[in-house]
Amino acid sequence: MYDVIGHVSRVLGPVVHASGVKRAKMLELVEVGEDRLIGEIVRLDGDAVTIQVYEDTTGLAPGSAVYGSGMPLSVELGPGLIGSIYDGVQRPLEAIKAQAGVFIPRGMRAAPLNRERKWLFTPSVQKGDKVQPGQVLGTVQETERILHKVLVPPMVSGKIKSIQSESEYTIQDTICILESENDEIPLTLLQRWPVRRPRPIQERLASNIPLITGQRVIDTLFPVAKGGTVAVPGGFGTGKTMVQHQIAKWSDADVVVYIGCGERGNEMTNVLNEFPKLVDPRTGRPLMERTVMIANTSNMPVAAREASIYTGITIAEYYRDQGYHVAIMADSTSRWAEALRELSGRMEEMPAEEGFPAYLPTLLAEFYERAGMVNTLNGEQGSITIIGAVSPPGGDFSEPVTQHTKRFIRAFWALDRDLANARHYPAISWLDSYSEYIDDVSGWWQEQGDHNWAELRSVMMDLLQKEERLQQVVKLVGADVLPDTQRLILEVCTMFKNTFLQQSAFDKIDTYSTVEKQVKMLKIIVTFYQMGLAAIQQGATLIKVRRLKVVHDIIRMKFSIANDESDKLDALQDRLEREMKRLGDIYASFA
Amino acid sequence: MPVSHDALTVREYQGIQQVVGPLIFVDKIHNVGYNELVEIRCPDGEERLGVVLESKEGAAVIQVFEGTTNLSLSETSVRFRGEPLKLPVTRDMLGRVFDGLGRPTDGGPNPISDKRRDVNGQPVNPTARLYPTKFIQTGISAIDGMNTLVRGQKLPVFSGSGLPHNKVAAQIVRQAKIVDEDVSFAIVFAAMGVKHDVARYFVRNFEETGVLENVVMFLSLADAPSVERLITPRTALTMAEYLAFEENMHVLVILTDMTNYCEALREISTIRGEIPSRKGYPGYLYSDLASLYERAGMVEGSTGSITQVPILTMPNDDISHPVPDLTGYITEGQIVLERELSQRGVYPPIAGLPSLSRLMKDGIGPGMTREDHAHIASQLFAAYAKVKDVRALASVIGEEELTPLDHTYLKFGEAFEKDFLSQNETEDRSIEQTLDLGWKVISLLPKEELARVTDEEIGKFYGQ
Repeated sequence: MYDVIGHVSRVLGPVVHASGVKRAKMLELVEVGEDRLIGEIVRLDGDAVTIQVYEDTTGLAPGSAVYGSGMPLSVELGPGLIGSIYDGVQRPLEAIKAQAGVFIPRGMRAAPLNRERKWLFTPSVQKGDKVQPGQVLGTVQETERILHKVLVPPMVSGKIKSIQSESEYTIQDTICILESENDEIPLTLLQRWPVRRPRPIQERLASNIPLITGQRVIDTLFPVAKGGTVAVPGGFGTGKTMVQHQIAKWSDADVVVYIGCGERGNEMTNVLNEFPKLVDPRTGRPLMERTVMIANTSNMPVAAREASIYTGITIAEYYRDQGYHVAIMADSTSRWAEALRELSGRMEEMPAEEGFPAYLPTLLAEFYERAGMVNTLNGEQGSITIIGAVSPPGGDFSEPVTQHTKRFIRAFWALDRDLANARHYPAISWLDSYSEYIDDVSGWWQEQGDHNWAELRSVMMDLLQKEERLQQVVKLVGADVLPDTQRLILEVCTMFKNTFLQQSAFDKIDTYSTVEKQVKMLKIIVTFYQMGLAAIQQGATLIKVRRLKVVHDIIRMKFSIANDESDKLDALQDRLEREMKRLGDIYASFA
Repeated sequence: MPVSHDALTVREYQGIQQVVGPLIFVDKIHNVGYNELVEIRCPDGEERLGVVLESKEGAAVIQVFEGTTNLSLSETSVRFRGEPLKLPVTRDMLGRVFDGLGRPTDGGPNPISDKRRDVNGQPVNPTARLYPTKFIQTGISAIDGMNTLVRGQKLPVFSGSGLPHNKVAAQIVRQAKIVDEDVSFAIVFAAMGVKHDVARYFVRNFEETGVLENVVMFLSLADAPSVERLITPRTALTMAEYLAFEENMHVLVILTDMTNYCEALREISTIRGEIPSRKGYPGYLYSDLASLYERAGMVEGSTGSITQVPILTMPNDDISHPVPDLTGYITEGQIVLERELSQRGVYPPIAGLPSLSRLMKDGIGPGMTREDHAHIASQLFAAYAKVKDVRALASVIGEEELTPLDHTYLKFGEAFEKDFLSQNETEDRSIEQTLDLGWKVISLLPKEELARVTDEEIGKFYGQ
């Protein structure tokens, strides 16, 4: 399969030029030199090609052979993906550790999916059936919670000539032979798909189901729909990675693909340590049983960092095609864009803004457009939600990656430096963030949460905006001069920020809030405002309102009331209404 | 420097074609690998080292570490070594002083070892890392209490010129210890482009505390050629990796000053005509810095660790400058020194809010420090943030107009800076002392203001 197609003529870090090349294809996978470093052809020019090499090129000399594969860079798809950790070009890091130890030497090779392991395959079609692309041939229980559907590959159809009975097979065993017009196609549990090409679907659907993340500021203020796209920009130390981790842990996606793209090694280790121990509140199973990890840390080769995003999304599409809701975290897309910039610079391309190549927005758009709620080829519903972290230099959102990303996403969770400095986490700014999914998902929330959800939410958003204006006044003249009705707004917003928006990732109870808990907490705070305002208008003072006994319990409700104790929240709501009413009544009697 | 002499891989050529700054261009050569080590013999017989930055058919671009002064086109010869720069490593190097390329400068003999390691290192497999959780007590309240350092962390000091970052670093080196273990740290010290006085300050400090035999120094001082700075942190970290992962020692690495390193990188990049990104720094600055900072931590199969404390000066005190900015994106937090505090005489002038330790959460709490640590730290951050707001307000409306509560916050702010942050250069506070001090200053605020600590903690520690 791998023939010599040419020879290296120039080495410039990860960019290698070769000459005398025949039969090369654009984006073909190649191997370079004695160490057989993996690379991809990124430019053709007569008999010269430019190759982007996914490994360190130290010692590579002109004259070394270039071997062609005839195929584009592809990933292996099949049972065994879940729970694995791969590098940017899908090399299994666990298997590499077994071979090479602590460090990753060059030229390491290992099969992404285990060839020996046997899977119990249960066929769901019969001999003689006509099958279409994307149709389910049978199933494999990949983990306790993921039933892996073995699909007819896209572009393939025909009549089942033979299908294996229920038994255990390796991923390379032929489980089915398809008879198409002029040949026979053997199918295995293992399939391949080129990473840069989106997998086909039947049609795109509008999405009005929110991805529940358990994070109150996200679900309640800036929700994202299943199949949506979000950018999370923030300077260093503002908590991008924590937001991503929390969503990977607690969101109600069926499958999570976590891409650590050019980030810290210890962060991936942290995920590897935590996820097998953490239990998903919905299924009671370890989180690892739904997670695929791609780790191309910042010190791993830069070209593989560029590929990691595509490797991740292709795996996500594969599970979407099985009818699953997949959430993909890309941390961080800026490192991916920087990898592009580095490669582009070394290829001596004309730069656009800040050295980034002019095609950056095109590639960003292509990536984010691979998200969406769809009807799969098999007619099932599946979705991919993309949550991309952005690391703007100096925390300045006007830089090219943030700006271009904004054009292709519909929810924006802006992380704020001042909030992070005050250790207000998640540091998602309520003033700079937005979500275009609010109208799409409010129907769901009214049905599943509270019939007044949209109303409650907009009361609170309105108060936060008013508070911001009032704060300008306070900064000039102090809070004392404001009337109690306005100081109540400040008071309620402080309460909302401390008890609702701030959420501790390290507290057992607070780390995740159910839909029910979120709406009830929201309602309690809105009630506090509305009844408090009424009491003040009847003549009560702000101090009196603030000193209600119930306030102490409201402030601590996120920690003290567990997710399954919503009756306690109802009781708190009742108590609040009673105490407020009593206060109002006292003053009403004077009037 | 001892290197193997393999006749098959070593090739020598007479004459070079072009010299531009620290780069030389050689042609009519054959089979030269990328990143390969090159020995350059000057006309007067002096030997210098360089590496191949770019290799193409019959030609190569070489970066000369010691500079190109005195080189001539025809009388210079180059030898390609057929391998990247390697450092011989042995335990005997403890207590010695080397230049940036690993050659002894203390008059002692060349270290002899059959273990030679590529200074560029290799990426650690993320699945082979062990997550750092062991609390290091530095004896500095601002660090231990609020930005806790753990063993295996990379925690840089962001400073500015004229601020006492060297004092802070020296104090960390002197006082760092694991509370319940009796092992001391081996220290790898790399100086890039710093002044002789600074190097001397550290040497004296190591001497005075009697740790000198536990220190390996790699000095590439301000008068050494700038290109040598590019290799200095790599030799130092190669040494650190050997001591930690092969000799199972706990290593503390001080890299100073990373800004000088980045400047050398920019210099080379500019000469090569590469497309710059921000402020003229090359687009790969992030990857390049990551290839240094990520060489920290702990790995399976070894009981040692590398804790990195890089020091960098923020040009013009600007934390959004590319060097501190990209560093902050890679390291696990940052200790930021603040000029305003320093000018008010606060030592160590560690800024309360922008400083951060990302691994703190995993290194503190019951069994490690104390059960109230996370909450009191969070409460101190929140209260100090409020102090900053009140001070801003006071500067507009005047202190008289503030509410009584705001006045209390001002009082807290002063106590926090004077009693908690400030300490003597030789004062080594235990973690209990630090936390008790934290409670002492927070107790100036009324209990109702303390939303981040629990009722039980208030009962136990408030006003004690």
